[in-house]
Amino acid sequence: MRRKGVKAVPATMAGGGNNEEELSPDDEHIISASEEEDGSDDESKHAKLLEAISSLGKRKRMKRTERSEASVQVSEFSVNADGTGEKVNLSDLLGTMDKTPGAPNKTKQQLKNLQNRKETLELPLSKQQTEKIQREVAYDKSSKEVSRWETVITQNQKAEQLVFPLRQDPTGPKRMEQVVAGWKAKTPLEKEIFSLLHSNNQPIHDPLLTPAEEASIKAMSLEEAKIRQAEFRKARVLQSYYEAKARRERKIKSKKYHKLQKKAKVKAFLKQFDEMMKTDPAGALEELKKMELSRMQERMSLKHQNSGKWAKSKAIMAKYDDAARKAMQEQLEMNKQLTQKLVVPSDDDDDEERNVEEADALPDFVNDPEPILDSVNPWMRGKLTQEHSEPEVTAVATETAVETKDEGQNGQREDEEEEENEEEKLLREFERKRKLRQDEDDDLVPVPQEEKQVIPVDVAEAEEVAGENVIQISDDEDKEEEEEEVVVSEFNSLFNRLMKSSSVPPVPEQTGAEEAELLDEGLVRVRTMDDLEALQQDVVMDTTQPAPASATPAPSMETTSEPPKKKKKKKGIDPNEVLTKEAKVIKMPLAPTVVEEEEEEVHAEQTAIIKEAFAGDDVISDFLKDKRKQEKAGQAEVVDLTLPGWGEWGGVGLKPSKRKRRKFRLKAPAPPLRKDQNLPDVIISEKRNSSVANHQVSQLPFPFQNSTQFESCVRFPVGQTWNTQTTFRKLTAPKVVTKMGAIIEPMSKEDLPPVKESSGAGSGATIVLGEKVEEETKKARRRNPLQKKKKKSRQ
Amino acid sequence: MRILSLRALITSRGMKVKVLCRNPDDYVRETTRDIQRVPRNYDPTIHPFEVSREYTRALNATKLERIFAKPFVASLDGHRDGINCLAKHAKTLSVVLSGACDGEVKIWNLSKRECMRTIQAHEGFVRGICSRFCGSSFFTVGDDKTVKQWNMEPPGRGLQEEPLNTILGKAVYTGIDHHQTEGTFATCGQTVDIWDEQRSSPIRSFSWGVDSFSCVRYNPVETELLASCASDRSIILYDMRESAPLKKIIMQLRSNTLCWNPMEAYNFTCSNEDYNLYTYDMRRLDVPVTVHMDHVSAVLDVDYSPTGKEFVSASFDKTIRIFPKNSGHSREVYHTKRMQHVICVKWSADNKYILSGSDEMNIRLWKANASEKLGLLTPREKAALNYNQKLRDKFQHHPQVRRIARHRHLPRDLFKQKRELREMKEARRRKAQNVRKHSKPGSVPLVTEKEKHVVSVVE
Repeated sequence: MRRKGVKAVPATMAGGGNNEEELSPDDEHIISASEEEDGSDDESKHAKLLEAISSLGKRKRMKRTERSEASVQVSEFSVNADGTGEKVNLSDLLGTMDKTPGAPNKTKQQLKNLQNRKETLELPLSKQQTEKIQREVAYDKSSKEVSRWETVITQNQKAEQLVFPLRQDPTGPKRMEQVVAGWKAKTPLEKEIFSLLHSNNQPIHDPLLTPAEEASIKAMSLEEAKIRQAEFRKARVLQSYYEAKARRERKIKSKKYHKLQKKAKVKAFLKQFDEMMKTDPAGALEELKKMELSRMQERMSLKHQNSGKWAKSKAIMAKYDDAARKAMQEQLEMNKQLTQKLVVPSDDDDDEERNVEEADALPDFVNDPEPILDSVNPWMRGKLTQEHSEPEVTAVATETAVETKDEGQNGQREDEEEEENEEEKLLREFERKRKLRQDEDDDLVPVPQEEKQVIPVDVAEAEEVAGENVIQISDDEDKEEEEEEVVVSEFNSLFNRLMKSSSVPPVPEQTGAEEAELLDEGLVRVRTMDDLEALQQDVVMDTTQPAPASATPAPSMETTSEPPKKKKKKKGIDPNEVLTKEAKVIKMPLAPTVVEEEEEEVHAEQTAIIKEAFAGDDVISDFLKDKRKQEKAGQAEVVDLTLPGWGEWGGVGLKPSKRKRRKFRLKAPAPPLRKDQNLPDVIISEKRNSSVANHQVSQLPFPFQNSTQFESCVRFPVGQTWNTQTTFRKLTAPKVVTKMGAIIEPMSKEDLPPVKESSGAGSGATIVLGEKVEEETKKARRRNPLQKKKKKSRQ
Repeated sequence: MRILSLRALITSRGMKVKVLCRNPDDYVRETTRDIQRVPRNYDPTIHPFEVSREYTRALNATKLERIFAKPFVASLDGHRDGINCLAKHAKTLSVVLSGACDGEVKIWNLSKRECMRTIQAHEGFVRGICSRFCGSSFFTVGDDKTVKQWNMEPPGRGLQEEPLNTILGKAVYTGIDHHQTEGTFATCGQTVDIWDEQRSSPIRSFSWGVDSFSCVRYNPVETELLASCASDRSIILYDMRESAPLKKIIMQLRSNTLCWNPMEAYNFTCSNEDYNLYTYDMRRLDVPVTVHMDHVSAVLDVDYSPTGKEFVSASFDKTIRIFPKNSGHSREVYHTKRMQHVICVKWSADNKYILSGSDEMNIRLWKANASEKLGLLTPREKAALNYNQKLRDKFQHHPQVRRIARHRHLPRDLFKQKRELREMKEARRRKAQNVRKHSKPGSVPLVTEKEKHVVSVVE
């Protein structure tokens, strides 16, 4: 069938060899239908028909052109055989260029140039090579893309604290709109309520008016509204008037006025009450009850006990002023009235009398209850107690000392002050004076002390006065301390030198590092504290065993403060000091002094007793012996390796020759100089103390660069005992903080800082402690919008 | 806090008198409900021996830490064959999916510690399982050459468990991973294929002269990147947008799985057959950043903690180990008597727990920090824990503290194996040293541990 179709294709279609595939089934069907007629005479007819059909289907067929690829599988090794013999030249294709008028002249020119060129093009690269290049390019691209994260990652690594999950909603109050917009009914109850609200046309959001209300508001007429407004205005004016009045009244200072006012009020009330008695007994009864209650409250509050400020002032004035006395009386009466209901009225009278008496005799503040506020503080209590407290004395002492000089001048003034009314001042003045007098009595003692503490004392001077031995000793102690410091610094420097010079133990580095990081895996399972203790003891065993094996003491890092303590112990004995003092003691009685005989005697006695007590102790020589022994022990010994009888005659009574002995005596190299070589009064032990060494770090840990760094890190305490609460919290802040039950999402592209920014302000992960940094980040945040704006404006 | 202050009073005579006084605001509480303010004197002379006192505290803290180190939380049993793969639910912490060697998939509720659902998903092994990024469904691949998508919600009552989608493939799939934010996923088998969820044929498939892959993982940060482990001892990187793979490293032994660091876009860690794990920087593949050693048998699985600071590895030696990301050795080893070869391991998304699935049909739940107290903590407890942690960090280099902190119990055979390995390694090192010593200087170059394991990088 197909062949027939091919035959039938008109000459116009024959140009493309591929066209035979384009025949649609429809065509075939038609052809087959025409075939069925089978009339030979109809050949011309048939041809005509075909022609007609072909012309009909021409447009359609052109539309339905398919992809004309040689085959589905394109192979680089074999060329598909379809379409052989029909070479398509480039010139054929380019020929159309000249014909089309739309093509620009420039391209035509370029084409011509190309055609004129004689060189051949290079062979295309092989597939493997092209793929490799593609891969390389892609890899570079993606690795560049990935490198954008570097800043964020390094920042997170350096951050003192990381809070996960990274993207958290900012805490604190939100704006109303945010909350409203974000809120949805979740629980069934909420949903139900919402559905009800919706169904009843109730408002949910901001203007809290129902549609009905809104409608009514709208419906209100203009006149009505005006009347209402007027009413409002009136009310407002009235209110402000009354307020002003009340303010004015409150400002009136006249007590009389207020008294009258109050009385009038009471009167009015009583009148009202009387009326009420007649008209509304029940209401009156209630009023009565109220009054009773207020009376009780009054009684409880002790308001009229003559203990207030006013009463006090009156009590003072009562002697001279009648009016005041009267007022007091009134008060008392009031009090009487209030307290009338008491069971024993006689007691009450007594109280009253007593009150009056006391008011006459004593200043009122004696009766004052101590204000509760000051109960904690002795300073703020009654003035008398204040004087008694010791710290006050000491604190004031210096000032009083200064004031002593002015005292003569002030004498008269003081007399005047005595007559002053204010008791407090008086009392204080008395007290102060008394103190001054005391100070004057024994001012010899404290004042010179101060002077001596200020002025540096010569040793010679100091020797003269026996009483000042104390001071001299303290001076000596100062010296000692200085020396100590020198020693310590020397010690440290030597130590550091040693640390540097001593080559790292010959253990291969890698294994050492491993050792440090390895888990200590063993067969023992630790369950209790005892086991852990045992673990520790194991360490002790471990470290003690190798310690003696090493000939030179391994330099150890002093991490704790123990070594200085040791030194101090050694330095406690100072022969030089002791010597001078002893000499002093002996000289003392002989030297002509101004000190009284009694004292001298006492001193002599003392020294005698001390001498007797320490008769056997020769501390200094002991110390020197000790030191010599230590030095000797440290010195290198001479090893004698001479073998008697080797190379010469041997036997009883024969000694190896001198020459030979000289030859075979081996001198060990001299040990390093002792640290205490130039310190006569010190023994510095250079032995490694194993009990301490167990707790010391033997190697400088990784991140630290030198021993001082590490030491300072350890020395700085973090506990609450040494730090304030806030510092403590800052110091102990954990490095990673996670929120309970929160999923930590991996970092996403939102965490990336914007491309053209110098500082990575965008990373939400870092929370660096310290306000400065926070401020900076805030600034950066503030800067960001600006930058964005700038960018926009540029665009 | 300055309580005392000098105040100048001027008397009626004009004399100036200075008086010490206190401001009650400094020491009086405003209401009775306030805490009494206790003034403290932080003068260092009053609190001497700070170093030694803190050292003692640190020592005690370490001891307590070891005593309270009880990491095992729960065991989930119910599978009838070894567990081959685990997956976390993307949005819920308490849901975990597991696939077993008999083709069964179970969905667990961790808070109740019970199985919520059981699906017979495949015939033969369930090779891989992963949850969709939104948590609404999950995918499984199995030995029956299918990829199946399942609904996370159980079907209604009386209805059969049926997958939402099933894709029939030509070859066995050995692993699957889902894209972080889009509806595409990647499988691996004979090739690494990228699939669109809506289509039944892969939108892209990569192959590079290898015929089988064991693992494929999406980068969670740079979400278009992928990495896979192949049977020819190589690790291959891909970009989903490119038509060809990016790069290939060939190592001395095969890598089993790998995991990208969720906080560091370019770092990933692979678990290797040579008992080690290797962390690589994607940009410099010729040398691993860190070699993590401690296992005594092939490492089968690895998973990063969501904070990206640590990762956990499961090994054929029946242990789980936790490594800090940049440390060569583990900080923790977990094992129990009954736990056999651990095949898969996952770190929970809240950084608190670790899940391990092993040969003997159990899923085990561990604490990520062995001595951590679970549940809510009072502020004082929290402060104390933080202080203890800080002390431990501060004195971690001191021998006593270190010794206690490092002590771990190991089963005897493991211990022996470990010792043996150490000896072997030492012998090898010694030999290399000797060879170097007795040959012409420079002829035997020094090869570092990191360089040893990478054979070549193919571009």
